[in-house]
Amino acid sequence: MTVQTTAGPSGPSQRPPDPPPRWRDRDRQTLAAWLFLLPSLVGFAVFTAGPVLAAGVVSLLDWNLFSPPAFAGPRNFARLAGDATFWSALGNTAYFTFASVPLTIVVSLALALLLNQGLRRMAVFRSLLLLPYATITVAVAFVWVWLYIPHGGLVNTVLSAFGIDGPAWLVSERWAMPALIAMSVWKGFGFGMVVFLAGLAAIPGQLYEAARIDGCGPWQSFRRITLPMLSPSVFFVVVTAIIASFQVFDQALVMTNGGPAWQTTTLVMYIYRTAFENYDQGYAAAQSLVLFAFIAVITVIQFRLQRRLVHYDH
Amino acid sequence: MTTELTVGGRGTAKRGAAERRTSAPAARAAPWRSTAASGKLLVFACFLVTALTLTPIVMMVLVAFQSDAESMAARPSFWPSSWHWENLERVFTLIPLGRYLLNTVIFAAGTTLLETMTAALAAYAFARLEFPGRGWLFGAYLATLMVPTQVTLIPQFILVAKLHAVDTWAGMILPHAFTALGVFLLRQFFLGIPRDYEEAARLDGANRWQTFTRVILPLAVPAIATLAVFKFISQWNNLLWPLVVSNSDATRTVAVGLQVFQQSDGTQWNLLLMAATICTVPLIVIFFLTQRWFVRGITMSGLGGR
Repeated sequence: MTVQTTAGPSGPSQRPPDPPPRWRDRDRQTLAAWLFLLPSLVGFAVFTAGPVLAAGVVSLLDWNLFSPPAFAGPRNFARLAGDATFWSALGNTAYFTFASVPLTIVVSLALALLLNQGLRRMAVFRSLLLLPYATITVAVAFVWVWLYIPHGGLVNTVLSAFGIDGPAWLVSERWAMPALIAMSVWKGFGFGMVVFLAGLAAIPGQLYEAARIDGCGPWQSFRRITLPMLSPSVFFVVVTAIIASFQVFDQALVMTNGGPAWQTTTLVMYIYRTAFENYDQGYAAAQSLVLFAFIAVITVIQFRLQRRLVHYDH
Repeated sequence: MTTELTVGGRGTAKRGAAERRTSAPAARAAPWRSTAASGKLLVFACFLVTALTLTPIVMMVLVAFQSDAESMAARPSFWPSSWHWENLERVFTLIPLGRYLLNTVIFAAGTTLLETMTAALAAYAFARLEFPGRGWLFGAYLATLMVPTQVTLIPQFILVAKLHAVDTWAGMILPHAFTALGVFLLRQFFLGIPRDYEEAARLDGANRWQTFTRVILPLAVPAIATLAVFKFISQWNNLLWPLVVSNSDATRTVAVGLQVFQQSDGTQWNLLLMAATICTVPLIVIFFLTQRWFVRGITMSGLGGR
């Protein structure tokens, strides 16, 4: 292959006369492809794919970044088994996920249905309801700390109007996690709402028309038409919400800093502390791989269930 | 116009077109909605949930204008008894908030520009060019999509530390500018653009680079804008990576700046929430200006999940 033939895309004037033209065209296309790929590929290899592979290597090392790494073998993974904090962080993360995801789905679905009733100013309400999703988590987490002030805070003031004596939310071992969950549902429901609105818009109106002629009420139409037709959107939101919940960090750091008594220490927070406060990089890498494994297993299970529960009409 | 509808990829293009047609407001309205009373109830319900949703954001602004004594009293007050506009100035003198905002723009815009530009080029190669290894290479990109950022966090930090790039813009931006998501989304979009356009351009004598810049890119503006808006907003929000890599005011972003401010002056509610307000307002403005793309980005990823 000569330099000339591979000299990039050329104009029509220098069309190659010599055989075999198919080969030349293919070479030229390959070269063009690699040139197009080059900037992305270099960055991707160094900063994304490389670190993914390196995580596996680091997890087998004893390394605090100040002294040279030592080979630890599977020791870091073995340590996890006896690490009570790790297991409680895993439990907290699971608690957070399995409470916040269903709540988020219910809230965003309810609001999407409400906005889908053919209101004239629907777009305005949609924008306003989407605002929490477009704020900085750290900033709004401050406000939620303020809302949760035990004596005379807004949340407890409203509760006391209903005769409920509100708990000390963020400093209560029992109520700190529910408080974080409520904040996270508020912050995150906009995403699901917009996905559901798009899904609802895609349901043909004739289906409802036919159902009404057959004597279906609103509830039956919802059960028999809306839910099955919306199930791909629901599936998508559940999968992404679970993945995001397993990585919860910002609001837990700001609102409770993992306390009280480790009750709101999540996996990512524990990984952060292990790596950047205890400088135990190998152990932190091992933890991150276990987190990845949990996310992967749950996602695979969901895709298995999808075949039975999700309706696709093509 | 057609390009807009082909965003979903994987066969949703035609569905998309059909959906748009059937989803005129009249068809979308639930058919059993009939009485004026229930209509009023609906509007009332919308107002109620919107008011509830906005309460935290409104309270953030209200407390930001309270006096020191009022905001730090044992019982919090809700409506400011007097408006202290000087809180705005005080926050800027207390912490270098202007610097943090500038840093955040540099960080968010830097990652966004790099990611969209390199992803558009790579996505074109994956969508339109035949080359050996295309399948497995794209597979490698896809595989990293499923890996949570915490897995790459530690190796990325070690890499940046070894390159002595901690607390530099290169160290902040580069590790977050080459995710597979951009390549994936733009490739999906490019696949939906009819090949006829490019073939016409090729017949007119355009080379590959020209077809890319003059045919594909103009058609892909909505998709690229969507990707850019999404990336920018999520990077504005990014706490973990700047927390790890930035350790001085030179590169500190607002998310980290706020967190550090809270650690030192956690009970100065008025100033804390003033800082929070100042950092949130640009994001809300950007959100309103780019909402069209933002909303489409969400639905795009939603339909892409099918």
